[in-house]
Amino acid sequence: MIDVFLPPAFILIFAAILIGLLRGHLRTAVIFLAPVLALWAVWQVPDGVVTSMGFLGYTIEPVEGSPVRRLFATIFLIMAFVGSLFAYRQARTVEMMAAFVYAAGAIGTAFAGDLITLFVFWELMAIFSTVIVWCGGTEAARKAGIRYAILHLIGGVILKIGIVGVVIQTGSVDVQPMLANSFATWMILIGLLINAAAPPFSAWLSDAYPEATPTGAVFLSAFTTKTAVLALILLYPGEPILIGVGLFMVFYGIIYALLENNARRILSYSIVNQVGFMVVAIGIGSELAINGAAAHAVAHIIYKGLLFMAAGVVVYRTGLHKCTDLGGLFRTMPLTCICGIIGALAISSFPLTSGFTTKALISQAAVADGLVVIYFLLAAASAGVFLHAGIKFPWFVFFQKDSGLRPKDAPWNMGLAMVIFASFCIILGVFPQLLYQLLPYPLEYQAYTPSKVVFYLQLLLFSGLAFFLLLPAMKRTLTITLDTDWLWRVLFVRMGNGVYALIESTGDALGNQAKSRLNAIQQRARRLWGNQGVFARSWLIGSTAIWIAVLLSGYVLIYYL
Amino acid sequence: MNSKPDSDHWLVRASTIRGFWIGGIAVLVLTVVAQLFIPIKGYFVVDGWLGFAAIFGFVSCVLMVIVAKIMGKLLKREEHYYDD
Repeated sequence: MIDVFLPPAFILIFAAILIGLLRGHLRTAVIFLAPVLALWAVWQVPDGVVTSMGFLGYTIEPVEGSPVRRLFATIFLIMAFVGSLFAYRQARTVEMMAAFVYAAGAIGTAFAGDLITLFVFWELMAIFSTVIVWCGGTEAARKAGIRYAILHLIGGVILKIGIVGVVIQTGSVDVQPMLANSFATWMILIGLLINAAAPPFSAWLSDAYPEATPTGAVFLSAFTTKTAVLALILLYPGEPILIGVGLFMVFYGIIYALLENNARRILSYSIVNQVGFMVVAIGIGSELAINGAAAHAVAHIIYKGLLFMAAGVVVYRTGLHKCTDLGGLFRTMPLTCICGIIGALAISSFPLTSGFTTKALISQAAVADGLVVIYFLLAAASAGVFLHAGIKFPWFVFFQKDSGLRPKDAPWNMGLAMVIFASFCIILGVFPQLLYQLLPYPLEYQAYTPSKVVFYLQLLLFSGLAFFLLLPAMKRTLTITLDTDWLWRVLFVRMGNGVYALIESTGDALGNQAKSRLNAIQQRARRLWGNQGVFARSWLIGSTAIWIAVLLSGYVLIYYL
Repeated sequence: MNSKPDSDHWLVRASTIRGFWIGGIAVLVLTVVAQLFIPIKGYFVVDGWLGFAAIFGFVSCVLMVIVAKIMGKLLKREEHYYDD
């Protein structure tokens, strides 16, 4: 093995630069070869620390291999490849470049052996995902991008505070399992959970992702939250608080998605919901649970990418986002419709799809630890997923009513990307061993038993019945739903305006006399320190030289006296 | 949708939709009946009862829709709420 192993992430960063410089077929070649080359590099990374170097007195380990790190890096690169296929003919160059650096950040984080490297790649993701949000090009995208950036930078600062604290306490920057039992470890946990879209900061996700371009949202759906899941697996396996946080996310995602009208925002809420399942599993922390979290993350990246692709094609062809404007698109978009349905079945963990073979591991982990309540809550949530994403999304977009829209189906590259991911959903559902053998711990698990299949068919199909019986109650309205971001988008703004008004009125109350005195002080200050003030104006070089000469001679004179 | 003329896509004709309902309900019944022949191995006793998953799934969904409705009353705003 070579001594200095180049982090696979650098291949994508280098590719991003080339994408900006090249045009035509060369650019296309870079877009498709770079993820393949990086994937090869990922599978050359052996277990354990590969590279280490000194940095400011700390030992930095930019590349550390382990099965779970390689698994996440692999799925990130598959996503980068298929996402690029989906995007490369439609997306702007700057968006493709940002997507590659963003993916590089995810892969760099996946292999980070120390907290400093992790932090650097973490921030790289924050910056370039913001660029992707901004590529949406609208005023709404610009504003959502600023809010997104502020929240992620705050999250980064919190993470950084925690890292510094842990380094001071333990003297080690290693990425290793810990528990939230001190201020510093709490800060790291909060920093990670902000990126996982956990409460109370989950609003950034559904705020920003729907504003990206049809292609940009596909990249966004994959990396930030799942990198956070991997970081939680590496740093906080078995942290009990995560079970509660995850369960909250699961039901938050369902309820908000049920209330939502924007098709891609429904999918955004369901990211929070699905990541919630993974967070619960990490909180349980057994080998089976960690396997479940990792497997579900892989399956989730694929079917959620697929769903965002299907929704993206609809937005690309119609320019419409809202369920109330859409409907009946199955007539002219059969491919997008079928791929969307496969993605929807997979997210609902229908038998024969990837969701079934991966989410079952998490439920099984709850059973194995005797967590009765959690097991039933997860089962209820599985029913809810079918309700809010499994049927609601395809129903309102592709069926529902005839909106009169007759858009063309997906362009060939977008269609091919969807077919690839739809096939993956089914292949991993039919041959789960393909994924099971890559999981961090050895797994003996029978995904399909007649008993399990009947149980889940009953659960899901009767949820479907509930959907159609309750359809009148789920009529879409032209509304948004307030979330915690109301606090900083409305309440804090009002408070700020209030403070400003208070200062103004205090000034008025001081009366004219006080005001004129204040003005006098101000004028005096301006005379002394203003542009032409004695202390601030610029001097001619000649007079400066004379003054220096005078002062120096005075100094010499005094020295000799 | 039921009032669409027969010239529309076969999927949205009233007869097809009636067929879907009948077929769908038949499948629902079948999944519960199947449990008589394929006993569900319950992990916590109750989940092995006949039709447990069916009722549990249905009731969970109804509850979630009700909760969403109530929260919607409190938290829904018209869509340009943040725009000014």
